[in-house]
Amino acid sequence: MIPKLMQSMALPARVEASRRQFLLGALAAGTGIAVGYRLLSASPALAGEAQAGNDSHAFSPYLTIGGDGKVTILSSQFEMGQGSYNGIATLVAEELDADWSTIDVKGAAGNIPAYGNIAFGGTMQGTGGSTSMSTSWERYRKAGAAARAMLIAAAAAEWKVDAAEITVENGVLSHPSGKSGGFGAYAAKATTMPVPADVKLKEPSAWKFIGNAELKRFDSARKANGTEQYTIDVKLPGMLTAVMIHPPLFGAKAKSFDASAARAIKGVVDVVETPRGIAVVGEHMWAAIKGREAVTVEWDESGAEKRGTAELMSTYRDLAGKTPAAFARKDGDAEAAFAAAAKVIEATFEFPYLAHAALEPLNAVARRNEDGTIEIWGGHQLPDVYQKLASEIAGVPVENVRLNVMKTGGSFGRRAVFDGDVVVEAVHVAKALGFRAPVKVQWTREEDTRAGRYRPAYVHRLKAGIDADGKLVAWSDHIVGQSIVAKTAWDGMVQNGVDPTSVEGANNLPYAIQNQTVGLTTTDVRVPVLWWRSVGSTHTAFAAEAFLDEVAQAAGRDPLEFRLSMLEPQSRHATVLKLAAEKAEWQKPLPEGRFRGVAVAESFGSVVAQIAEVSTDGNGIKVERVVAAVDCGLAINPDQVRAQVEGGIGFGLSAILGEEITLTDGKVDQGNFDMYTPLRIDAMPKVEVHIVASSNPPSGIGEPGVPPIGPAVANAAFKALGKRIRVMPFAKSLNA
Amino acid sequence: MVNIKINGVEHAIEAEADMPLLWAIRDLVGLTGTKFGCGMAQCGACTVYVDGSPTRSCQTFIGDIDGAEVTTIEGLKGKVAETVQSVWAELDVPQCGYCQSGQIMSATDLLASNPKPTDTDIDAAMSGNLCRCATYHRIRAGIHEAAKRLEA
Repeated sequence: MIPKLMQSMALPARVEASRRQFLLGALAAGTGIAVGYRLLSASPALAGEAQAGNDSHAFSPYLTIGGDGKVTILSSQFEMGQGSYNGIATLVAEELDADWSTIDVKGAAGNIPAYGNIAFGGTMQGTGGSTSMSTSWERYRKAGAAARAMLIAAAAAEWKVDAAEITVENGVLSHPSGKSGGFGAYAAKATTMPVPADVKLKEPSAWKFIGNAELKRFDSARKANGTEQYTIDVKLPGMLTAVMIHPPLFGAKAKSFDASAARAIKGVVDVVETPRGIAVVGEHMWAAIKGREAVTVEWDESGAEKRGTAELMSTYRDLAGKTPAAFARKDGDAEAAFAAAAKVIEATFEFPYLAHAALEPLNAVARRNEDGTIEIWGGHQLPDVYQKLASEIAGVPVENVRLNVMKTGGSFGRRAVFDGDVVVEAVHVAKALGFRAPVKVQWTREEDTRAGRYRPAYVHRLKAGIDADGKLVAWSDHIVGQSIVAKTAWDGMVQNGVDPTSVEGANNLPYAIQNQTVGLTTTDVRVPVLWWRSVGSTHTAFAAEAFLDEVAQAAGRDPLEFRLSMLEPQSRHATVLKLAAEKAEWQKPLPEGRFRGVAVAESFGSVVAQIAEVSTDGNGIKVERVVAAVDCGLAINPDQVRAQVEGGIGFGLSAILGEEITLTDGKVDQGNFDMYTPLRIDAMPKVEVHIVASSNPPSGIGEPGVPPIGPAVANAAFKALGKRIRVMPFAKSLNA
Repeated sequence: MVNIKINGVEHAIEAEADMPLLWAIRDLVGLTGTKFGCGMAQCGACTVYVDGSPTRSCQTFIGDIDGAEVTTIEGLKGKVAETVQSVWAELDVPQCGYCQSGQIMSATDLLASNPKPTDTDIDAAMSGNLCRCATYHRIRAGIHEAAKRLEA
C-alpha cells in the first residue's frame, strides 16, 4: 500500500523498476534513518518516550524490560492480524536471546525518527505495502542486540568479570564462575550502561527464532480465550458511546436535523453535529443505536455523486475502447506488431468496488485529559497523520496528542486513510461534547459498509498479438478507473498522469514481450476509494493472468509451458511456477470432473504462484484445492508466511466469488453481511503453501498471497465450464 | 429489570427489554470477549450459549431470556473447550482474532455433539461464523486435531 506509493515517488523515470530492487537499495544505502543502536546513542531523550510501565526499564524506543524479566517490545508497525508484532518480536528475541514466553508487544507512535517506515523514506510512520518486516529487519534486530550488550555490561560490572565471558541464553545471563541471573535482575542497571556504538548481528547459522517453523505466535492464546483487547473493548471512566449518521450519498451534507425524539430515548445523552455527519451519543451502544433511528436529517445533495454502477461501468467500458489518457509503459512498437500479427485477440475485464469489511467495524476513542492533552485509542495505521489532524481539530500542539495504538479486528488497508476518518470523527464528537467525557465512536456494520473507501472499480481492455509460431509478440492493457492517491496528500505520486497504484502489477509483467503498452485513463467519481489488500494487483494481476490464459489457448499452448517460455529459467517467477507445478503435479491428469488453472504474480517484492483445482456440477464451480509457492525473501516466521498465504487465498477468493459494492443513483446498495457476502468456511479450499528457500532480505507477505488466486481459479473455471470469467464477481460471468 | 446468570454469576440487568444480550454483556456487565461484528446474526462473532445452546447474542433480546443461564467465552469450561482453545493456540489458528471467540464457541458446541466431525460436518456447523482473515483452513484443521485429542 503506502510504501509502494512512496517508493514510486522516489523512483526516477522507471516506474516499473521493481519494488524489491528499490527496497534493497534503500536498505543497503542506509537512508540516514534511525536504526536502533544509532538512535539510542544519538538521543537518550527518545528512550524516555518508551511507554514504560511500573518497574519497567526502557532500553530504547523499541523495548523495555521489567524487573520481572518481561520483555515488552514497542512496535512501529501496526497489528491487524497479519502477524507484524510476532515478526518483530522474533527479530528482537533472536538478538536478545530472550525467553520467548516472556515476550509481549505493544504498539507505539509519536516518534518519527525512531518509528518512521524506512520503506517510506523514514519520514513517516505507517503500516502498509507489506513492508513491516523489511522496515524492521535491521532496526529491531539491532535494538535487541544493543539491549543484550547493555545487560551483559551490567552483569559484568556487578559480578566484576570480563563481559566477554558472559553468555546469554533463554533470558538468562551466565558466567563460567557459576554466577547467573535473569534479565529482570539487571534491567535497571543495564539502562545506565553506555549504548554500544555498533553491534554485531548473529550469523544466520546461529538463529534460533528467525526461520524457525515451529515457533508459535506469542498472541494466539489470548485470542483463543477472548482476552485480546481491541479498540471496541476500550473502557474509560464515564465513557460515552456514539454512533454516526453519515450522509446517504457521497458528497452530501446535513442541512438540518431533528433530534427531539432521539433525546427522549432512555440512555441517549446528546446528539451533535460534526463536519462528517451527525453523532448520536449514548450511555452505551444500544442507546446510541436506538437514538439514531429516531433522528431525522435533511440532506443537501446538490454536490453529491448520483451516478449508479450501471452508468459508471458503461462509461468505463466506452473509455476503455478509446485511446488511454496516459501511458505507464511503452515498449517497442505495439501498433506495428499488432498489424503484423498472425492472430489478434481482445477481451474486456470488469471489477466492482470492494469493501474491506474488516470484522471489527471502524471505531476510535477520544478523551481530553486534565492536563489538556488529547488521547486517542484506535487502529492507528498512519499515526503521524492522525496525530496532526487531531491536533488541528482540538487546537492543541501536535506533541499534546497521544495515540494509543490498538490491535484491530482486521483492516486490510482500511485504517490507513488520508483524512483520519473515524479517528478524527472521535475527536470531533468529543469536541462537540465540550470534552466533557471520553467518547467511543463505534460504527455499525452498515456504516462501515456504506462509508466508502472502496477498492476502486476498474475496466481493463486487453489485446494480444500472436505470430505464426504461437509466440506472443504484442500486448496492450488499457486500465480505466479512479485514482487512489489523486487529490489527496499523496497527489504527488501521480507522475505523467499515472497513479502507480492503478497500474502496479500491469506495467511490470515479468514476461518477455517485445512490444507492449500499458495505458491508463483515470476517472473522476466522488466515491471515496482506498488501498485494499494487494491494491493495484487485485485487478491488474487478474486481467493479465486470465487474459494470458486466453492467449495460450489461442496459440494452442499449455498455460504453464507458455508462461515459462517467456521467463528466464532462473527467475523468481519461473522458480515459483515450477515449484507449484511440481507440488500440484501439473503434468498428471486429474480425476474426472476436476480442472486446474495456474497464475503467478509479483507484489510488494514477493512472487507467488498458485495452482487452483476446481470441481463443477456443470453450472458453477467449487474450488477444492490450491497449491501455492512463494518467494518472499527470507521467511522470518515460516508458519506465519503460510498463514498469510492461506488467508490471502481466502481473501482473494472471497472477492471474486461473492463481493461487490454497487450503487443505485449514488446510494450504496449493500449494508450488512446478508448483502455484502465475504467467503465462509464451506467455500474455503484446502491450501498447501510451499516456501522457496531464500537468503534475500525479507519482502512482503501480508498481501502477495491475494493476487494470483482470482486468475488461477478463473483459468480452471474455463476448463470446467468452457466460459471465460471476465466480469467480477464470478456469478456475473457465469450467468451472462 | 431482567435477571440473567452469566458465567455462573447472577446479574440483575437494568435495561429495556429490547436490549440485545450482546450489549448487555459488553456494555453493562463489562465482559468484552463477545464481539460485535454485524448486529444481525450474520457473522457469529457474538456467539454465546443461552441455556447451553449456541445463540447469536446480537439478535437475542434480554426481555426474552429472563432467568436464563448464559455462557460467554470468559466462562467457557470443560475438557472439550479447553482442548479446542489449546489446539487453537498450538496451530496458530487466529490472525486478527476478532472472530475467534465466536469460532471457539461454535467449534466447542460441534465437538460436544459430534466427537468426530467430517469436513462437511465442520463446514455445516461453522458456516455461520465469518472470518475475514479467512483462517478457515486452520479452523478445520484445529477441529480435527481437537477431535483426535479428545478421542485419545
